[in-house]
Amino acid sequence: MTATPKGDRRVASKARARGRDRERRPIEDPNAPIITRRLTKRYGDFVAVDALDLEVHAGEIFGLLGQNGAGKTTTILMLLGLTEPSGGGARVVGLDPTRKPLEVKRHVGYLPDSVGFYDGMTGRENLRYTAKLNGLDRRAAAVKIDEVLEQVGMTERADTKVETYSRGMLQRLGIADALVKDPSVLILDEPTTAIDPIGVIEILDMLRGLVRDRGLAVLLSSHLLSQVQSVCDRVGIFAAGQMIGVGSVPQLAEQFGEESARIEVGFEDGGADARASIAKQLGEIPGVDEVIAPTQPGEAFVLVTKPDAARAVRQAALRNAASANLGLSSIRETVPSLDDIYRRAVRQAGLHTRRAAA
Amino acid sequence: MSANATAAPATPAPAETKATTTADRPIRSGWLTIASKELSDHVLSSRFYVLLIVLGIAALIPLYFAAERIRSLAEGATGSPAVFLALFVIQPEGVDLGPINFTVNAFVAIAAPLLGVAFGFDAVNGERHQGTLPRLLSQPIHRDDVINGKFAAGLGAIALALAALLLFVVGFGMLRLGIGPSLEEVLRLLSWFGLTLLYVGLWLAFGTLLSVVIRRAATSALVGFGVWLFVALPIAGPLLAALLGQFLASGATTAADYYGTVQWVQRLLPGQLYGEASAALLTPGVTSVSSADLYKVATLPSNDTVLSFDQSLLIVWPHLVILFALMVGCFALAYARFMRQEVRA
Ligand SMILES: Nc1ncnc2c1ncn2[C@@H]1O[C@H](COP(=O)(O)OP(=O)(O)OP(=O)(O)O)[C@@H](O)[C@H]1O
Ligand SMILES: [Mg+2]
Repeated sequence: MTATPKGDRRVASKARARGRDRERRPIEDPNAPIITRRLTKRYGDFVAVDALDLEVHAGEIFGLLGQNGAGKTTTILMLLGLTEPSGGGARVVGLDPTRKPLEVKRHVGYLPDSVGFYDGMTGRENLRYTAKLNGLDRRAAAVKIDEVLEQVGMTERADTKVETYSRGMLQRLGIADALVKDPSVLILDEPTTAIDPIGVIEILDMLRGLVRDRGLAVLLSSHLLSQVQSVCDRVGIFAAGQMIGVGSVPQLAEQFGEESARIEVGFEDGGADARASIAKQLGEIPGVDEVIAPTQPGEAFVLVTKPDAARAVRQAALRNAASANLGLSSIRETVPSLDDIYRRAVRQAGLHTRRAAA
Repeated sequence: MSANATAAPATPAPAETKATTTADRPIRSGWLTIASKELSDHVLSSRFYVLLIVLGIAALIPLYFAAERIRSLAEGATGSPAVFLALFVIQPEGVDLGPINFTVNAFVAIAAPLLGVAFGFDAVNGERHQGTLPRLLSQPIHRDDVINGKFAAGLGAIALALAALLLFVVGFGMLRLGIGPSLEEVLRLLSWFGLTLLYVGLWLAFGTLLSVVIRRAATSALVGFGVWLFVALPIAGPLLAALLGQFLASGATTAADYYGTVQWVQRLLPGQLYGEASAALLTPGVTSVSSADLYKVATLPSNDTVLSFDQSLLIVWPHLVILFALMVGCFALAYARFMRQEVRA
């Protein structure tokens, strides 16, 4: 992978230094399982993580998005006390990971980005070792291991040697491994990169279930934007060591969305004249800035409005169509995909670098 | 774990209290868990079989020759205080390996460092290579538990094999010679066992250090092997002596002075320390560790010039202390480097 050139990152951090005086972000929930304040990691001159403020609450899945080298893994390692921060601090399950790494690691399940297991042992034996390191007694461990193997769909292969596993199986086993200690916080570094599409859905469902049933806090980093969009309650967009946007996908859409929202309205086709009259009627709805009429039969009309007026416009269009018997066939608001949001956020922050995403 | 499951309903308790309720759950010390896993890995590994074979050869061949000779010597030396120990140190007739003594003790002296390196060279970089290090370190254990556990397991595996060798030689001796070791001989054998473990421990610590500093296991094996070739085989010793000979030829007045100085310099090599100490422990006839006296090793002692066990122990005490210090030094270096290292590759 080509990393961000060091020079760029240094400039970026200087540019940010001007904003340093801004108010310290207040802590929303002092009991949040993961809190960081101005968390910073420098490697020599190079700033890998730059004054990061992050909060992950119990009962939510938080997605960390960012390009290669953005600093996601570095952040995660600091949260686990595996790398010492150069500045700022973190609290995980209420404790400082640098000072009390053991207690923190007792409560945090972690899946590293390139997870590995002992080749000569079976999947189950590997998990047994983890359970033992976590102080589980034999019987409790056996029960728990059966449970987590089932959760990640690895029961059938659990008793074959790890050296025969595929990448996706390793990743599944890695998730099981993170769950063995019955964590209250789960940190997953790119958990689904090698898992097949159906498997991903199953595993994300399983995670959702855990979060719902046990109030887990999950922090996951990923490049797969559609997955993040479908499973995460909140998303943090990370670029060059800085968090440039945090919130739910609709919130981010608002923050980084275009000035306008778009609503697609489809009608049963009644010829060119009908289209013209429909366009006229739609144009009279208050809040509609522009109507893009279809040139081909069967295509939908597109209404362009302000984002905050979108809801009212959609309802008005429905009402009009019904009262005038216009033969409405479909109506839908096109939500900007996380993909668009992400690209716009990075561009707006001016942190996008020339390099191709590796 | 179950405490955690029940303490985390949909609306979780404040994180602080959750952390403290489970913090006092007793966890077996991490290093013990790691050591027991590593030890079972070792005992089942091909490495361990190689170890057994190497030690087996080290014991069997010299033992076979030594026993022949001891029987003839022992008849003349009734009342000799340490016939039994001679099994370990006696040189068979008609076998000449140049600078290498053809005795059990000498073979162990050569094999031990190699075994130490063999069980240590991939301790940490092996975990790195497999990608298991981040996962291992994210468990609730101290970072040093990893190298402590691995060191203990390596030493344990070698101790097992070495004890087997010792018992084998003793059993063989009892059958062949028809006598058992006296209490004093048992004490000497035990102390030799301890000394050898210490020496192996030094090399194991060195191997562990290599595994921390060198990222690739193959490279660290090669470096370890190279150091062994030069330092543990009788290569560096004679070389040093020859070099010194050039320097000292003019300065030294007497031959005794000369040998004394050479010996002091050779003692920079741990192999020399081990050689001297093991000779003194296995041979009551060695009354001091000056080089001239060590040549008595190859002969059976007579009754008049022998040391008791505690006297022998006393003269090798400095050797033990230095070997121990070297081992601790290597280990501490490995420890310090490992604690500061990045977790990811
Ligand atoms: N030991 C190190 N020394 C110097 N720089 C480092 C070190 N470790 C990481 N970095 C740099 O820190 C930056 C952040 O790395 P990090 O691994 O956190 O990125 P990431 O967001 O996880 O990327 P990816 O998506 O590729 O996993 C990178 O530019 C990397 O080159
Ligand atoms: Mg990463």
